[in-house]
Amino acid sequence: MAQRIDIKDLNVYYGSFLAVEGVTMAIEPRSVTALIGPSGCGKSTFLRTLNRMHEVIPGARVEGSLTMDGVDLYGSDVDPVAVRRQVGMVFQRPNPFPTMSIAENVLAGIRLNNRRISKSDARDVVEQSLVGANLWNEVKDRLDRPGSSLSGGQQQRLCIARAIAVKPQVLLMDEPASALDPISTLAIEDLIAELKDDYTIVIVTHNMQQAARVSDRTAFFNIGGTGQPGRLIEMDDTRTMFSTPTEKSTEDYISGRFG
Amino acid sequence: MSNSPQLARPTAAETAAVAAPAPSSGAPGDGPRTPVRGHPHRDRAGRAFSTAATVAGSTILVTLAAVAVFLVLRAWPALSASPEELTEGIQWFPEGTTLLGFVGPMLFGTVLASVIALAVAVPVSTGIALFISHYAPRRMANALGYLIDLLAAIPSVVYGLWGVAWLAPRLQPAWAWLSETLGFIPLFEGPAANPPRVILTVGIVLAVMILPIITAVAREVFLQTPRLHEEAALALGATRWEMIRMAVLPFGQSGLISASMLGLGRALGETMAVLMILSPGLTYSLALLQAGQHQTIAANIANQFPEANPLGVSTLIATGLALFVITLAVNMAARWVVARRKDFSGAN
Repeated sequence: MAQRIDIKDLNVYYGSFLAVEGVTMAIEPRSVTALIGPSGCGKSTFLRTLNRMHEVIPGARVEGSLTMDGVDLYGSDVDPVAVRRQVGMVFQRPNPFPTMSIAENVLAGIRLNNRRISKSDARDVVEQSLVGANLWNEVKDRLDRPGSSLSGGQQQRLCIARAIAVKPQVLLMDEPASALDPISTLAIEDLIAELKDDYTIVIVTHNMQQAARVSDRTAFFNIGGTGQPGRLIEMDDTRTMFSTPTEKSTEDYISGRFG
Repeated sequence: MSNSPQLARPTAAETAAVAAPAPSSGAPGDGPRTPVRGHPHRDRAGRAFSTAATVAGSTILVTLAAVAVFLVLRAWPALSASPEELTEGIQWFPEGTTLLGFVGPMLFGTVLASVIALAVAVPVSTGIALFISHYAPRRMANALGYLIDLLAAIPSVVYGLWGVAWLAPRLQPAWAWLSETLGFIPLFEGPAANPPRVILTVGIVLAVMILPIITAVAREVFLQTPRLHEEAALALGATRWEMIRMAVLPFGQSGLISASMLGLGRALGETMAVLMILSPGLTYSLALLQAGQHQTIAANIANQFPEANPLGVSTLIATGLALFVITLAVNMAARWVVARRKDFSGAN
């Protein structure tokens, strides 16, 4: 299920503005890759290029190559809609569909692909996905309640359940715990550790302890200054990055000297 | 994305818990209020403002009550008169009917015309609003939105003239075709009147008239769809249309109902266009293509009022009371529909 992503010389533009420049990295399957860096360094923008979500902003485009198990995600015959079905995403703020019940939220992605799904199959998917997101025990008695009736942390796990229900290859997380309290954050981090057995996970985080706790590899992004493009400064095993980084700016950032 | 640490938005339950002990305190999340006494001038200004706001708010209730009382008082002579008195006293009152028997068909005609108008206008408005909010390039969307707003500025008498002189002759062949091919359905039973001064023509003109208001409100509602929800749908691999169905329409549903009710309100009370187009009749007929079958309350009042004697005026006011009641009922029904789905609306 999990697949490897190779990125080579990736530039991201918003119109004529170069937002991220020259990113080359490999994202390993069945691992957690953390993207860290100060505000505006382009890590979220870069994350969104992995499922072409940046294209919802008019004028956004990329140069360079981005392949998932050898398939160019930006090939001329590749539909961004198809990419997003392979590469799931969890956002900064929990965003369950407020008009849908908990169960319907989980099934939302499946209903897009396959309108006719038998009741028993649907029940199975709902249970599996919610168990997978460590939410089942909390909501199994109220699956028909609105998703917005849950707490913030539960909503975020519901969003994770919704993302994994369609069995994507890759799961992108854009600061998934930044809007949550410490207990809910812990629940999400535990969940990430379990999910990496099955998925390739890329997570953007501002919380360096979190990056150190959950990730196998860490990539540090930085910008030269306002209006300058963000760049990948260095990427290594998380343990190395947090103990003996090669670059001075990485060390400064990690030790809290800026950012 | 914003990189500043964001506070979790309190869930509905938390908000309720915060609000319960101190309902008049500021927005939740403001933190504890320090008990510092305000400046006396500011206190007075605050009191003055709150009084002014309360008065303004009460005015609406007083007005509503005043209208209701006026309608009932002035309608009373007609309401308490016997059918014979009405028939004798009013030249145009149909013989052998009660007041209810007189109002009934007009109420039916009023609702029928408005329902046709809504059935035509709501899907079209929704389409236009979605196009403006989610499909059209920005400049085109702005121009289109401006044009739609202009439609709302056209006086209804102009719509009436346009409907009679321009639209009706062009609709006649369509109505003739409808009655020939679908005549077996009671709705389209022929012969189609020529000139088509029929309720279906009225419904179409009313639809054009209520299109701008519904479109304008729907557009605003659709534009307010949280970006988070749209992105949630897109990230699941939804196409633009699927995203609209998953995120935009459910979010906008209650707003769309409100918009439709605004349109319905205008359609129910519309006078001039109906008066100019419709050939009136007082029956409970479903034949949309036949003339002399229907009449609406508002058009009838405008038609009879100038030459009505006191009892006649009272009778017309009684029909107005019926219109008032039905409009109120429609609005309350709409609110009930919206409230029933409150748990699932985007509001919490």
